[in-house]
Amino acid sequence: MKNSSPFLRGRQTAEEILEPRPMAKLRRRVFKNHSFLIGAVILISIILIALLAPLFSPHDPYDQDLARRLMNPFWHDKKTNDLYLLGTDKVGRDYLSRLIYGAQISLLIGFLTILISGTIGTALGVVAGYFGGRVDMVVNFIINTRLAMPVFLVAMAAVVAFGASLHVVIMVLGLFLWDRFAVVMRSITMQARDLDYVKAARAIGCSTPYIIIREIFPNVLSSLTVVATVEMANAILLEAALSFLGFGVQAPTPSWGLMLNEGREYMFFSPWLLALPGTGLFLLVLAINLFGDGLRDVTLERER
Amino acid sequence: MLAYTLKRIVVAFLILLVVSGLTFSLSHLSADPALTIAGEQASDEDIEAVRKLYGFDRPVIEQYVNWLSRALQGDFGKSYHYKAPVVEMISGRIGTTMTLGFLAIVFALVISIPLGTLAAMRPNSIIDRFALLIAVFGQALPTFWFALMMIILFGVWFRWLPISGNTTWAHFVMPTIALGYYATPALMRLTRAGMIEVLSSDYIRTAKAKGLSPVSVLFKHALRNAIIPVVALAAVWFGFMLGGSIVIETIFNLKGIGWLSYDALLRSDLPVVQAIVLIFASFYVILTLLSDLLNAYLDPRISVR
Repeated sequence: MKNSSPFLRGRQTAEEILEPRPMAKLRRRVFKNHSFLIGAVILISIILIALLAPLFSPHDPYDQDLARRLMNPFWHDKKTNDLYLLGTDKVGRDYLSRLIYGAQISLLIGFLTILISGTIGTALGVVAGYFGGRVDMVVNFIINTRLAMPVFLVAMAAVVAFGASLHVVIMVLGLFLWDRFAVVMRSITMQARDLDYVKAARAIGCSTPYIIIREIFPNVLSSLTVVATVEMANAILLEAALSFLGFGVQAPTPSWGLMLNEGREYMFFSPWLLALPGTGLFLLVLAINLFGDGLRDVTLERER
Repeated sequence: MLAYTLKRIVVAFLILLVVSGLTFSLSHLSADPALTIAGEQASDEDIEAVRKLYGFDRPVIEQYVNWLSRALQGDFGKSYHYKAPVVEMISGRIGTTMTLGFLAIVFALVISIPLGTLAAMRPNSIIDRFALLIAVFGQALPTFWFALMMIILFGVWFRWLPISGNTTWAHFVMPTIALGYYATPALMRLTRAGMIEVLSSDYIRTAKAKGLSPVSVLFKHALRNAIIPVVALAAVWFGFMLGGSIVIETIFNLKGIGWLSYDALLRSDLPVVQAIVLIFASFYVILTLLSDLLNAYLDPRISVR
């Protein structure tokens, strides 16, 4: 526990976030040194399937037909159809196609969220770390205020205020999940600020923006990627939970969280409607976690 | 130390002030509250009357100051939908949420401490590997999906447990597991690491050398010391569980404040939402403050920085 406040996961120090975390060690023990490989293979497969969705999906994910609603997947005996391997949902849309397009939505949300939150967090962290003093105090206050806001509840409220849509969910998550970026960037910039070549750049009169972008930024890149994987998994799970409660992506978009919401009323007779999208979420998040662990080992070890 | 304490308390208040301001402005960005209260069929005059009655025609700053000064006196206004005082609505339900959070943390400890201890006693054994596997997969499992899968399995197929409501203790079983399991990987790992460290320490060797029974060494000497950080971490998780309770209470129709916030958001019932956000935020800020002060007390160097 060291001296760090035991009360908050949110207020981890940069070392705690970047060190091969306890969970990472666990995963490594389970997957030996293959975690990067396994994670990368699953993740790249999901990304490829999502990118080439029109090629892989047998049907249009939006094509409804009540005549073929709630078809069973292939492992059932009755009411199956060879054309619809994983069955159909309550309005007769092909479930396999919707699952494939659902990967697009999750990945889109994951990537765009970390693009926004990464930009905000990095900007705040680098500025706080480089200038220190009062600037640092203000940024610290902003970080602590953000941590005091209950993310899930405020995200729901924001979705109510601005209307539920894919854009709003991405914006809201992007505006919320920057705290780890800021903490890590701040601490690494503080260390980098006193490196000899940065001092040298300052001495020969380079401008502050030039120093930050050309001298400091390359130092933080690898840590940035590691934090990005953590936050991406986080964003994907949050979006799924928001959409599941009806405060996220709206119908007819094939989001995995929303599919769980729509399948809920049929859970008694067609439980696979719930089992399949959840498995997708589980695999994607597991892959991102494993990939992030591997990345951390490869990049951060080399630097030391 | 005194200066540091005062400084930290002022900062904590400032944080709550900013959070309350953000929450208030956020909720007033949403659809016209007068329309929500008056209902869909209300005439323009009705809506105008409601607007005057609730003071929505006033400047937002003035509304905020009014709301805040009353909130500080413990008055969070009345629910737009149920017309009941928000404080009563929350105090009537917070017990359910606290019970759920408490049960969930107890469940997590009951699973993770024995499993972590067994894993520490025989590293790399089958039990150890099994525990690790549970932890790794548990981390990637979405909580709400896990809850749904349990409902299908234990509520529908086996019919062992009720799937909705909070009338008997049996209603708490699945919500407790769903909410508690998420904390188990972290707690189990900490138990395992702590036990491995303690079991290799000198005083354990002495205890063994004295000829104490293995059971006594394990429970009276080792576990007692390894468990302290685990309990500290469990307190942290209790805080997170307030947030997690929104989804779990909604799925199981367990009517605590998590369910209440979902219900209030569906109805755009702003006073309720604002109050709950402020309560969650205060909970966090107070826990942080206490832990910082405790740390500063234990390690005086912190307050000098």
